[in-house]
Amino acid sequence: MIPYESILLECVRTDQRVMVLTAENRGHMRNAPALMGDRFIDVGIAEQTMIGVAAGLATRGRIVVTHALASFITLRAFEFIRDDVGIPALPVIMVGMVPGVLSDANGPTHQAIDDVGLMRGIPNINVFCPADEEDLKIGLRDIIFSGKPYYIRYTNAPASVDHSKVFAPGVAEVVVGPTIGRRDVTILTYGTLLRQAVLAASKLTAQGIVVQVINMRTLKPIDEQRILEVSFNSDLVVTLEDHLLTGGLYSIVSEILIRNRRSVDVLPIGFDTWFRPALLPEVLDHERLSGDHVARRIVEQLQRNDERRSMEISYV
Amino acid sequence: MIEYHLSELPAFALRVREHILRMSTNGGCFTGASLSCTDLLVYLYTTYLRISADTLDAPDRDVLLLSKGHDLPALYGVFAELGFIPRERLKNHLRVHDDLYWHPNRNIPGVEFHSGSLGHLLSVGLGMAVDIRMCGLESRVVVVLGDGELNEGSIWETCLTAQALRVDNLIAVIDRNLFQANVRTEELIPLEPLTTKFEAFGWNVETVNGHDFGDLHSVFRELPVRNGAPTVVIADTQRGRGVPSIVERADRWFCNFTHEEVGALIEELHGNTQATLTSETLVVR
Repeated sequence: MIPYESILLECVRTDQRVMVLTAENRGHMRNAPALMGDRFIDVGIAEQTMIGVAAGLATRGRIVVTHALASFITLRAFEFIRDDVGIPALPVIMVGMVPGVLSDANGPTHQAIDDVGLMRGIPNINVFCPADEEDLKIGLRDIIFSGKPYYIRYTNAPASVDHSKVFAPGVAEVVVGPTIGRRDVTILTYGTLLRQAVLAASKLTAQGIVVQVINMRTLKPIDEQRILEVSFNSDLVVTLEDHLLTGGLYSIVSEILIRNRRSVDVLPIGFDTWFRPALLPEVLDHERLSGDHVARRIVEQLQRNDERRSMEISYV
Repeated sequence: MIEYHLSELPAFALRVREHILRMSTNGGCFTGASLSCTDLLVYLYTTYLRISADTLDAPDRDVLLLSKGHDLPALYGVFAELGFIPRERLKNHLRVHDDLYWHPNRNIPGVEFHSGSLGHLLSVGLGMAVDIRMCGLESRVVVVLGDGELNEGSIWETCLTAQALRVDNLIAVIDRNLFQANVRTEELIPLEPLTTKFEAFGWNVETVNGHDFGDLHSVFRELPVRNGAPTVVIADTQRGRGVPSIVERADRWFCNFTHEEVGALIEELHGNTQATLTSETLVVR
């Protein structure tokens, strides 16, 4: 049994309130029907009904963890999430499978690259984007028992870093580089691309660049203090995400900086449109999201910034 | 809990219809659709449902969900008559300091779940029915749907899931007034044969005259059928029922009457002279 399913089963067994629903997406809970009994319901390929049923269960005191592909749960059932979960703030967890680049060769219909923007845009709905299976395991119980609605960008990727076991919504973790003092670059990221950020950081460090990598963990609530600290102490802030630049981390960082009257150099790395479908390594390469590409893009940006600064000095 | 005799219900329904007409001014409301489901709601709340002003939070209470949320004046009119809310509170309709806006919400005692967007509450009701069954309770979940609302795909999605889950404490009641917004259902998206459709989805199907309390009682006292299938009651109703000036008029769905018109329509409701209406009507396609 995979760790995710083990945690779900433990939650179901230790708390009578917990129920698991799926819209015929069982790959990550193969033993659920046998082991969870009537606490597991497969509603069929019916995402709207799943969310409505979850809201009905939750309004009577249940905690409901729902599952479907990320693009289907956030888009097909969007209004049900907004109306039936968001308005009453019911403890329903929406788990989106194969989000972002993890949909690899499926094509644009399956590409959830707008999910973070959609979900965080609904009042009361929170967003957890674990970097890998280990990160998911660390946060999952807290999220399920938070008493709040959450969207989770699911991943079972192997861990690329040793994560902090201390988890709190709205608290990011520094996974590479110094936590205080001057940095040349800070990469803010979440989900699948943390691994690429770490690879990029090792390339940049080898070139003598002081790099920090931060795993945001939850995008709503967001670690605003950490982002502001970064804006003061890093020469370049990079937002790296497998999401449209509209609505995701770049938007969040921009909102925070403007609200706090901060103007800093930001390099947004994300999507402007749907990505080329292929197996994941090729997607990362083609879309210039691999560690190598990210390192190169950052070096180019640092050079552009240096050139601009010298121009500014010459004008003075 | 007050016991009502069926013979008392016409007078009860008349008082609810008066509330509806009084709410049809100063901004107005969905008068025509509210009048079509008035008798249904009166019957269900007074006679069928195990719920009263004293048991609004009882764990074993029955649940009614008004999925066609714009019939709120009928629902709140019933609530006022049952003492769920003071009658005086209806005067706060559409006022910013109270919660009596055009769709139901849980700040009003008796509302089990908010509605507004169509096609939502059959699935919410299914979730509640599943939980009630898991808790070993006998409560029934009644979801009132509009016939126009059956255009929504989510309704049929939930019909499939409900029969698959063998939930038999779920009863859908369709206010079959043959109108949706300002168009006749059969002229836009024909629903007939409706009975056959639900039977094909594996539901128990009952038909009833939605304005005849005796007929309603003869059908509902046998429900729910405990045969592992959900039940739908198709209630034949008339839009604008009880008020001849607006009955079955496509342009009298949402009404915002003058105070004088409301007075005249209440006279008409009581069988007196028919009102003369000059206020603006909806544009009909």
